[in-house]
Amino acid sequence: MSFIANLGFAVRSYLAGLGLGARLFVRLVSEFGSNMRRFGLVRDQVHFLGNYSLAIIAVSGLFVGFVLSLQGYYTLQRYGSSEALGLLVALSLVRELGPVVSALLFAGRAGTSLTAEIGLMKAGEQLSAMDMMAVDPVRRILGPRFWGGIIALPLLSAVFSAVGILGGWMVGVLMIGVDAGSFWSQMQGGVDVWKDVGNGVVKSIVFGVTVTFVALLQGYEAQPTPEGVSRATTKTVVVASLAVLGLDFILTAMMFSI
Amino acid sequence: MQRSKNDVWVGLFVLLGAAAILFLALKSANLLTLNFQSNYTVSGRFDNIGGLKRQAAVKSAGVVVGRVENVTFDDKTFQATVTMNIESRYQFPKDSSLKILTSGLLGEQYIGIEAGSEADNLANGDRIQATQSAVVLENLISQFLYNKAADGADKGGK
Repeated sequence: MSFIANLGFAVRSYLAGLGLGARLFVRLVSEFGSNMRRFGLVRDQVHFLGNYSLAIIAVSGLFVGFVLSLQGYYTLQRYGSSEALGLLVALSLVRELGPVVSALLFAGRAGTSLTAEIGLMKAGEQLSAMDMMAVDPVRRILGPRFWGGIIALPLLSAVFSAVGILGGWMVGVLMIGVDAGSFWSQMQGGVDVWKDVGNGVVKSIVFGVTVTFVALLQGYEAQPTPEGVSRATTKTVVVASLAVLGLDFILTAMMFSI
Repeated sequence: MQRSKNDVWVGLFVLLGAAAILFLALKSANLLTLNFQSNYTVSGRFDNIGGLKRQAAVKSAGVVVGRVENVTFDDKTFQATVTMNIESRYQFPKDSSLKILTSGLLGEQYIGIEAGSEADNLANGDRIQATQSAVVLENLISQFLYNKAADGADKGGK
């Protein structure tokens, strides 16, 4: 009997969690207008989430580009087609690694700080205090962070891909000695603006929504204790990373199978 | 709205991101050379196009002069109809011929266009009559094996 009751409770609390999440999401989306009218708040969040993540994104992109170039050359030269190195580096970065790796890094670098900040505000009853003063915490605190994250991540992904291609060029052309002309011309012949670059941007926008929303939800629903905040922060990284990887598969299957 | 010192940094960040997207579009995908030239369309019928795809290059003397626009199958003649866009600055005589070629041994396939000798040039919508199909490796190999076997049978008979 208690087994059935446990099962029922588990399902009920899962559904309740889903409902809370969906309601928060709808409210965040509907705050678009009021957030854009007070763009200063969003701008500060773009600064906090975007500018401060720039260093880790750029450095990671550079090294991912280096490694892609080395590994790609190792495989391609077996088939005597090392001049396709540029195409390999550009396609892997633009279509896949740029959006996904920067979303994972963003979850670790910016998502955790969002969760911890909001969780602590909740634990310190700052959110309740705002509510008492008839200031809507979703509009004033969560909304700007949400839109800030959505603006910041696509830009970070683009920087990641661009820096990665430059990194691939450094290793491939300057270090290994692949012909510079064929490196760029194969890349330009094989990368499509809308199908590859455009879909990469769409992916990174979806990941921006996902990661930022997961971080905000975890902070907003955290237990208002130090333990709860720490658990919520961990959960942000786990849930956001898994969501990004799962969504990436679905998006790839949808986009590139057409 | 109040100004703040963050404005500069956020502005720089957004500019950097925009520059990165521009770099990807221009440098890696070559947006500029794709669309801004006027083209004319010609078509050709092939018995077999092998692995020719849309956007494959149309080359003359090794220089890219156009792109394959579409590949369709015609169930009246049981041939493949390939339409291609050729840049307007390149003009070819009406009796030019098309060939499906392969870059390298196993590389991707492209169309080679060889200039004829007629005075009139190809116009938009023309069909090129002289075409040569793709070389299909399996056919080549089976032909080779067949010839070998025939040779062997001849010698055995003598």
